[in-house]
Amino acid sequence: MYRNASELLEATKNLDCNIWEVVLENEIKISDRTASAIRGQMLETFSVMQNSAAFAQESDIKSISGLIGGDAKKVNEYRKNNKTICGDSVNIAISRALSSSEVNASMGRIVAAPTAGSCGILPAAIITAGEQIAASDEQLVNALLTASGIGQIIAKNATLSGAEGGCQAECGSASAMAAAALVEMYGGSPDAAFHAAAIAISNILGLVCDPVAGLVEVPCANRNAMGVVNAMLCADMALAGVTSIIPFDEMIEAMYKVGRQMPVAFKETALGGIAATPTALRLKTEIFHK
Amino acid sequence: MQKSIFDILGPIMIGPSSSHTAGAEKIGRVARAIADGSLKKAIFYLHGSFANTYKGHGTDKALVAGILDMEADDERIKESLTLAKSMGISVEFVETDLGDVHPNTVKIVIVKTDDTEVSVIGSSIGGGGIVITKINDDEIEYDGKYPLLIIKHKDIHGVISSITGVVADYGINIATLKVGRQARGELASTVIETDAIVPENAIEKISQLNGINSVRKINAIGGHHV
Ligand code: SF4
Repeated sequence: MYRNASELLEATKNLDCNIWEVVLENEIKISDRTASAIRGQMLETFSVMQNSAAFAQESDIKSISGLIGGDAKKVNEYRKNNKTICGDSVNIAISRALSSSEVNASMGRIVAAPTAGSCGILPAAIITAGEQIAASDEQLVNALLTASGIGQIIAKNATLSGAEGGCQAECGSASAMAAAALVEMYGGSPDAAFHAAAIAISNILGLVCDPVAGLVEVPCANRNAMGVVNAMLCADMALAGVTSIIPFDEMIEAMYKVGRQMPVAFKETALGGIAATPTALRLKTEIFHK
Repeated sequence: MQKSIFDILGPIMIGPSSSHTAGAEKIGRVARAIADGSLKKAIFYLHGSFANTYKGHGTDKALVAGILDMEADDERIKESLTLAKSMGISVEFVETDLGDVHPNTVKIVIVKTDDTEVSVIGSSIGGGGIVITKINDDEIEYDGKYPLLIIKHKDIHGVISSITGVVADYGINIATLKVGRQARGELASTVIETDAIVPENAIEKISQLNGINSVRKINAIGGHHV
């Protein structure tokens, strides 16, 4: 059992293994299930992720309110037919992240990863990287295990909830989980994985939760696109040897404190940030009084 | 205890919000399990972010889906209000202030067909996780994962060991046990989470033990797939 990143890292050093192996061993212990049962359930989870990440790339979709839908498809078409600025892998990842978010907003089936609002980030990161290295199912499950371990630590020492910690706690955590998973997928060390995760959090630190009309639609879908790209860049930086000056455990403590100090208007109440702009207020009236 | 990895990557759910939809559905479902019987009416008192944004997130539909015992990935959640109506269950939503509680909190008052009432307060604490903090007047901390026994008894010597004795006789493992009392020799309560459901005849035996006032049994809604 690990309470924080330093304990998890110590375990990887003692056993000379990756983060995912410690996470799996721990899960076997706390759930009293076998490794293959756990892997099986994780693979099922992954297949729901694959469907949500793919669906809106090809199909027309509209959220319940009608505010979002169709952007995943637009980005997918754009990157197929144009020379893009960020390149194909980044654009595919963006399109996938938008897809899951749009499926979620239309009351479709998704995996909260760690929350529904941030459900697009981790699938987009892992599917896209998995394609690049032709990952096996086993490697994909390992990546999800690594991500879960980071999430467990954040849940234990901070929060994953936008209502408690703002969007930094949702999309920030998802991005950190994805960054660490990508590093291990690409053969980086556990240390490098935590550096990537720490940088990912620091890049999103302070981000408020301000959903227009209180719906998990705007700016949520776009923030999922940002979250996956942030994970990719942090993973690349960490694999290149860039380190986070502030260790992961202190980073999430800082994130938690920022969340506590954040006024309630910025914590999912739709009373502040972009949710309080004139356009957002007009849309809110339109949505609830039509 | 540490969260399972499937609490982090999960639940598999119907959108749009893990705290406002999946968590709300789970609170509703635990409330249904606590009420344990057929329902006539449910009143939902919504607090904080639940009160401000429930319509947009479908929190109302999720709560009702919960008391209809649907799971978090049930595609019928969208139509739960209509379904409740067709089943003759009336529902009502009231925006309120429940005091110093988690921002996503709801108090559910369930009226059963036999006209008895149960009141449950629960919070959706993020990522689809929940905690039930109050059942009627009893403060509690319960996540719905394990079957639960709430036993009210006199604070007399040996009563707790005779309760756990009955549970053990049925080969049931105790996961957690909490004991509290108002004052020495007064009314006490013992709250037990078990690994398996305690059968009716065991509950019967516990009720007949010396010093027992009441036994409430709550069946778990499970933890891994919700
Ligand atoms: S803005 Fe709020 S609701 Fe939207 S993704 Fe961020 S935390 Fe979730």
